[in-house]
Amino acid sequence: MATCAKLDIYEQMYLIRAFEERIAELFTRGELFGTTHPCIGQEATAVGVVTALEPTDVVTSTHRGHGHFLAWTGDVKGLMAEIMGRATGVCAGRGGSQHLYAENFYTNGITGGMGAVGTGMALAEKQQESGNIVCSFIGDGALAQGILHEAMNMASLWNAPILYALENNLYAMSTHVRDTLAGGIVPRADALGIESATVESEDVFEIIEASEKAVEYVRENCRPYLLELRTYRFCGHSINDERAYRTREEEDEWRKRDPLALLAGALDGADRREIEGRCQARIERAIAAARKAPVQDLGDIGKGLWKS
Amino acid sequence: MEKLTVGRAIAAGLRKKLADDPTVYLLGEDICDPYGGAFRITRGLSSEFPGRLINVPISEAGTVAVTTGMALRGLRPVVEMMFGDFIALAADQLINHAAKFSWMYNGAVSVPLVVRAPMGGRRGYGPTHSQSLERMLLSTPGLRIVAPTPRHDAAALIGAAIDDPNPVVFIEGKLLYAAEQATVSEHYDIAHTHPPYPAAVLNNAAGEQPNVTVVTYGPMLPIVEEAMTATFNEDEVACEILAPSEIAPLDTALIGESVARTGRLIVAEEGPRSWGWAAEVVARVVERWGDRLVARPVRVTGRDLPLPTARPLEDHVLPGVETVRGAVEKVMLQ
Repeated sequence: MATCAKLDIYEQMYLIRAFEERIAELFTRGELFGTTHPCIGQEATAVGVVTALEPTDVVTSTHRGHGHFLAWTGDVKGLMAEIMGRATGVCAGRGGSQHLYAENFYTNGITGGMGAVGTGMALAEKQQESGNIVCSFIGDGALAQGILHEAMNMASLWNAPILYALENNLYAMSTHVRDTLAGGIVPRADALGIESATVESEDVFEIIEASEKAVEYVRENCRPYLLELRTYRFCGHSINDERAYRTREEEDEWRKRDPLALLAGALDGADRREIEGRCQARIERAIAAARKAPVQDLGDIGKGLWKS
Repeated sequence: MEKLTVGRAIAAGLRKKLADDPTVYLLGEDICDPYGGAFRITRGLSSEFPGRLINVPISEAGTVAVTTGMALRGLRPVVEMMFGDFIALAADQLINHAAKFSWMYNGAVSVPLVVRAPMGGRRGYGPTHSQSLERMLLSTPGLRIVAPTPRHDAAALIGAAIDDPNPVVFIEGKLLYAAEQATVSEHYDIAHTHPPYPAAVLNNAAGEQPNVTVVTYGPMLPIVEEAMTATFNEDEVACEILAPSEIAPLDTALIGESVARTGRLIVAEEGPRSWGWAAEVVARVVERWGDRLVARPVRVTGRDLPLPTARPLEDHVLPGVETVRGAVEKVMLQ
């Protein structure tokens, strides 16, 4: 891998990490309203999968979608303003952390739901011969939703060009996957006639490689594909989660395999510091801009409810 | 010539949209030939338009989710729920997905999705195949609920729903499939308000002041008409019947304007009494035009019971012609 590519990937991953940590601070200081689901520890799956996609492809994501959003758009200002509830946010403060939109990028707060919506999007892309594929990020928790089974069944029956990028972070909120998932993940895909692979690596470049293979399969064959990505969130499920359901020892073990630290170790210190400073400055500028931005004019609150 | 029923009119509307708009797709359980749908509405269409109708697995939630995705990315899908009752299986997809996207994304996207739902009883299908579940969706901002009657042009209505950039749940009274669609009547002057979702206005006062305003929708209209015709002939009570096709969001101006003239209001629906459409209409009229009422409004509804299968039991639970006549008596005696 060329050094410049490594630096670029590191910058994307660091941006997500620093963004999420800053969001947590803003919550602690009472500057944010509501809740948020950070993806600290899962930066490599977000950046790895998105790197394998074309800009005209379509992405759907979940309640834990900041990393996917930043990897897709790089729009720190729009995301920060959205989470801070400002009119300048990507959804004008209506959606907040878990309901985000950008061009060809959609998230919603219902577990599993967007995997099914994404399946329909993939069928539309196929029908219109756009050549685009859809990538739906889902989590291990979504496998317990019947809707996902229904949609994957249709995806296989109707040859939908969709990549289900399943981030298995071992926990559906506080409940370990061993308590929520009978059988296995890959056998589910097998039963539906859907190709699949599992990546158990903290190396973002291995994730990119597996994602590129999966994306190529989906695009070439116009078929669905399930890519299981083993990962771990170092933070709680949401801002109000003390992680009482798992040991610090378990977390420490995973911390030793922090994908961001692993990549950082392979970079020149000066390069790294320059990237980190640039990311932090972007985030601070976004916060400053959002603080100054107004909330949406109340006179506009009904706009977009009915399209004409 | 075969008579034009509401069912045939809907089929004609679907055929026209399939012919005119290549982005229109029909998805549903058993909708392709030779079956043509549980109520045979789509019969012939899959042969006429190869590839444009898709038989789906028995996955109502999945079907609405997938079509929502199709609608977000440039197609105009139409879902047929085999029975409207099954819409409960797709509640999350309608309420938390289809109805939310446009507003939630600050107007950046559209969801031109239609879900056709055969609703209503009187065919002996029992507790899970006879309900009027549109009531569960009426209070979802961003979801349009449209219901044809035999006094509407159902082909135009389904066409308007397909052209609509918003998600539409299209309520088809099962009993209306075989009912003749006619916009003229020997008993009533019939007018229509603004398209694309007009209210049908039926008046038998022959230029005089009607005595009572009756508001209803969908499969209750023929029952209301029959009751009000008998009432006119036997008791000389003239009425203005208002049947909006767009039942949510509801424009109450027409209703208020009529009530301001008649002073009396009856609202009829087939669904159970509590928390229903009729209750909302009464509340709105009382709030805004209460001082024009000369009698307390009366609701005609089903009972707060599940729908039984046996005919006499079902008849007991659902409102019929006599229920409407009883309501007229009640509102006129005050």
